[in-house]
Amino acid sequence: MSNSVLPTTAVEISRAVRAGELSARDVLEVHLSAIDAREGEINAFNLVLADEARAAADAVDRVVAGGGDPGLLAGVPLAVKDNLCTRGIPTTCSSRILEGWRPPYDATVVSRVAAAGAISVGKTNLDEFAMGSSTENSAFGPTRNPRDTSRVPGGSSGGSAAAVAAGFAPISLGSDTGGSIRQPAALCGVVGVKPTYGLVSRYGLIAFASSLDQVGPFSTTVADSALLLEAIAGHDPLDSTSIPDAETGAARSLLSVLDDGVAGLRVGLVTELMGEGIAPDVAARVRQAAEALAAAGAEVGEVSIPALSYGLSAYYLIAPAEASSNLARYDGVRYGMRVDADTTAAMNTATRTAGFGPEVKRRIMLGTYALSAGYYDAYYGKALRVRTLICRDFAAAYQNFDVLLTPTSPTTAFRFGEKTADPLSMYLNDICTIPTNLAGHPAMSLPFGAGADGMPVGVQLMAPALGEATMFRAAAVLEAAAPDLSEALQ
Amino acid sequence: MSLNLTHEPIEGEHFLITSDLTGDVWEIVVGLEVHCELATVTKLFCGCPNMFGDEPNTNVCPVCLGLPGSLPVLNHQVVELAMRLGRALHCSVEPSVFARKNYFYPDMPKDYQVSQFDRPINVDGWLDLPDGTRVGIERAHIEEDTGKNTHAGGSGRIHGADYSLVDYNRAGVPLVEIVGRPHIRHPEQAKVYIDELRAILLATEASDAKMEEGSLRVDANVSVRRVGDPALGRRCEIKNLNSLRSLGRAIEYEARRQVDLLESGETIKQETRHWDEGAGRTRPGRSKEEAEDYRYFQEPDLVPLVPGADWIAAIDAALPVLPAQRRVDLAAASGVGITETGVVITVQRDLDALALAAIAAGGDGRRVLTHVEHNLSGEGAVDLEPSLLAQLVQLELAGQLTATQAKTVLADMVVTGRTPEVIAAELGFEAMDTSELEGIVDGIIAASPDEWEGYCSGDDKRRGKLQGFFVGAVMKATKGQADGKAVNAILDARRNAAS
Repeated sequence: MSNSVLPTTAVEISRAVRAGELSARDVLEVHLSAIDAREGEINAFNLVLADEARAAADAVDRVVAGGGDPGLLAGVPLAVKDNLCTRGIPTTCSSRILEGWRPPYDATVVSRVAAAGAISVGKTNLDEFAMGSSTENSAFGPTRNPRDTSRVPGGSSGGSAAAVAAGFAPISLGSDTGGSIRQPAALCGVVGVKPTYGLVSRYGLIAFASSLDQVGPFSTTVADSALLLEAIAGHDPLDSTSIPDAETGAARSLLSVLDDGVAGLRVGLVTELMGEGIAPDVAARVRQAAEALAAAGAEVGEVSIPALSYGLSAYYLIAPAEASSNLARYDGVRYGMRVDADTTAAMNTATRTAGFGPEVKRRIMLGTYALSAGYYDAYYGKALRVRTLICRDFAAAYQNFDVLLTPTSPTTAFRFGEKTADPLSMYLNDICTIPTNLAGHPAMSLPFGAGADGMPVGVQLMAPALGEATMFRAAAVLEAAAPDLSEALQ
Repeated sequence: MSLNLTHEPIEGEHFLITSDLTGDVWEIVVGLEVHCELATVTKLFCGCPNMFGDEPNTNVCPVCLGLPGSLPVLNHQVVELAMRLGRALHCSVEPSVFARKNYFYPDMPKDYQVSQFDRPINVDGWLDLPDGTRVGIERAHIEEDTGKNTHAGGSGRIHGADYSLVDYNRAGVPLVEIVGRPHIRHPEQAKVYIDELRAILLATEASDAKMEEGSLRVDANVSVRRVGDPALGRRCEIKNLNSLRSLGRAIEYEARRQVDLLESGETIKQETRHWDEGAGRTRPGRSKEEAEDYRYFQEPDLVPLVPGADWIAAIDAALPVLPAQRRVDLAAASGVGITETGVVITVQRDLDALALAAIAAGGDGRRVLTHVEHNLSGEGAVDLEPSLLAQLVQLELAGQLTATQAKTVLADMVVTGRTPEVIAAELGFEAMDTSELEGIVDGIIAASPDEWEGYCSGDDKRRGKLQGFFVGAVMKATKGQADGKAVNAILDARRNAAS
């Protein structure tokens, strides 16, 4: 079967495989060939699982041949961020400290996509422990942006974004703590969704900042993200913060609303995220997106959310504070790397010194400080109050608007090394994406034309908690109206 | 250390230390922190068995091993038992949150302990001791246990060990930490507090409360102050108390150490100290350059715990009658004082139901309790038919059995379940006619004129000695069937008649 006739989206692939028109194995081989051809250049994966994938694809084909239905994602190749646990398969978080560790269990999302018939092709690269915005913090080397390999793919889910952008898999799983799905989706020119906190199970997602982390999909189309999100969403008794199914029905019915349009939908353009710090070409594309929504019948207005300006500061206290605790367990005692020393405490220190990279160490130090006696109130405590304020301001904005529209990232993809010397300039990349993590709301990025440099621009849609359906309706309209990615903004 | 100090207990529950140097009188102030493992089927946050004594590292899973990506799920039964205990301690059940207590130790899989910090589930209760003292309970909160380290070589502690082994079977076992207020004033009272708490834990079936298996662990906060001083002294926390005996000894030692320091013009350093049972002293814990900072913050992997009013009401409705009330009931039924050992020990041994039934069946209250206190301690006691105990007491009261005989018969009853009459008849225990006994006593007096002379005219000491001679001789002559009290009465009557 030749590449030209092969469907490229998950929706089409699964339909054809379930109908017996296409074999999962043929679909897989095409994608493995794509990986063979470009993975050396891109480095999207920490591990490619060709043999396991072939066995899984053959199993799907046997189910179809036997008259069975392998599920919603039948035969769809899928890449998995390497901070999601996979039973018996190394899971590293792109950190030396976990190198070689094989989890004895699958993350809930991994089980769910497998149960839906998806074919996992590999574990994707990330900034170490999901801390970063460029994938340059991986212990195993950076991932390159498939659209321009001199540029970063964004991060921390850079590998999952690049895998989809490069055609290694039509869909992938990432995790988003402060923008780690949406920002790389924007920089790579693909769709990426951070669901409502609690809609998707975190069980088996190796924690960075537990109150902010959420698993979500990457894809080339809005419909594919809807499909993958439907497959992974839903209550998980193993995650105490997962929302009961009775409350999430609408947020899990996404494919069915994609054609509903935006007539009468109130869309707010967030003024705080359209001015200083946002590149003019990015802002121009966002305005163009607003016009497209208005043209489709939406009521577009401007909205001010004052507390957003404190989001970045609050995030860089809360996330490191939780991380300092979440990453304490990498102590050399039970699994992963151990550097021996004379005493247990010295072994802990030697292991952590050798095993963690500089950004992880920086955040552990920040978080430890923010939680320390005498500083808690001034730092962590105050950040929690800001978080409450952001939730309140969002609630006020959603009195008047159904969805909000902003840039995803202040700029298009930057070049390697451009921001590594100054952590603060790297942190500013997340300024548009962080507020929804603090609020627990859903948000997604989708490509909307190219910037002045010809690189993709991502626009972000945000919605109130469990407002996924509305958000996807707007996304479908924007996708249809999006300028060609190959044409740079003049 | 020179301890020029003496002590004497005054007013029962106060343990006072008087300085020979200054004559100042010091009192002990103790607050106890008790960790007890809840008797749940599974662990606090996962489905692993909560089982003591299994092969190391067999009751473990990704959650209790804290493997990357694992998440806790709160065990419903833990909340049930914790609330039951809280209500039994007269606490108010509050909406609570879990927090992480962060510190590195190899027995702690996540290098933080999930506990409750500023919002515990149970607050502000009390516990009444048999002596009438009310000890305040500040809080009783839920937390997870750690694994267990075994250090090989060196001193048996982690420092200097050749290697260490860790058993994570205990990691994630549910604990309740019961923080008592500093209302205890005597080492013995501390032991009684633990006894009482243990009785409540058993009655509520919250814990098996075995100190020797570590399912009940006690830390003591000890300070001293001059009698009359309203301010509390600076305290030390004493750890490694593995028995009630250690608890009492450690408190007494520590109090004397503190008084000695203060009398010498030194100050007490607030610190954790370890009890060394062999040396009979407390020693400072690992020296720390700075105070431990646990960086508590709300556990983001768990949601706030807010038990509904109906759940709390259901727990209250199902609470068993607690030891303090059982003592009230038993004292009322038996006519024995509530603080007397017969009442206290009968309830402590969980034999009050037997005693109450025996009393209801016509047994004399005081004699029933005397038997329970002194003659019933074995396992079979729980199966003893109360009406048989009542019959035994009636025989005794009617003078048909002596106290000694009754004890012998009771021991047989516990084993065989036969009636006291049958056993007494088999053993040849028959009521001795008073005139028959008088005849025997008179015969012995006649045969021992020198002893009788000494008995009648000697001082108390000599008389006491000779009384033993005569009673012993009567017992020998009657093969132990005579009632000692009756013999004494006859001897008394004969002496009075002779003088």
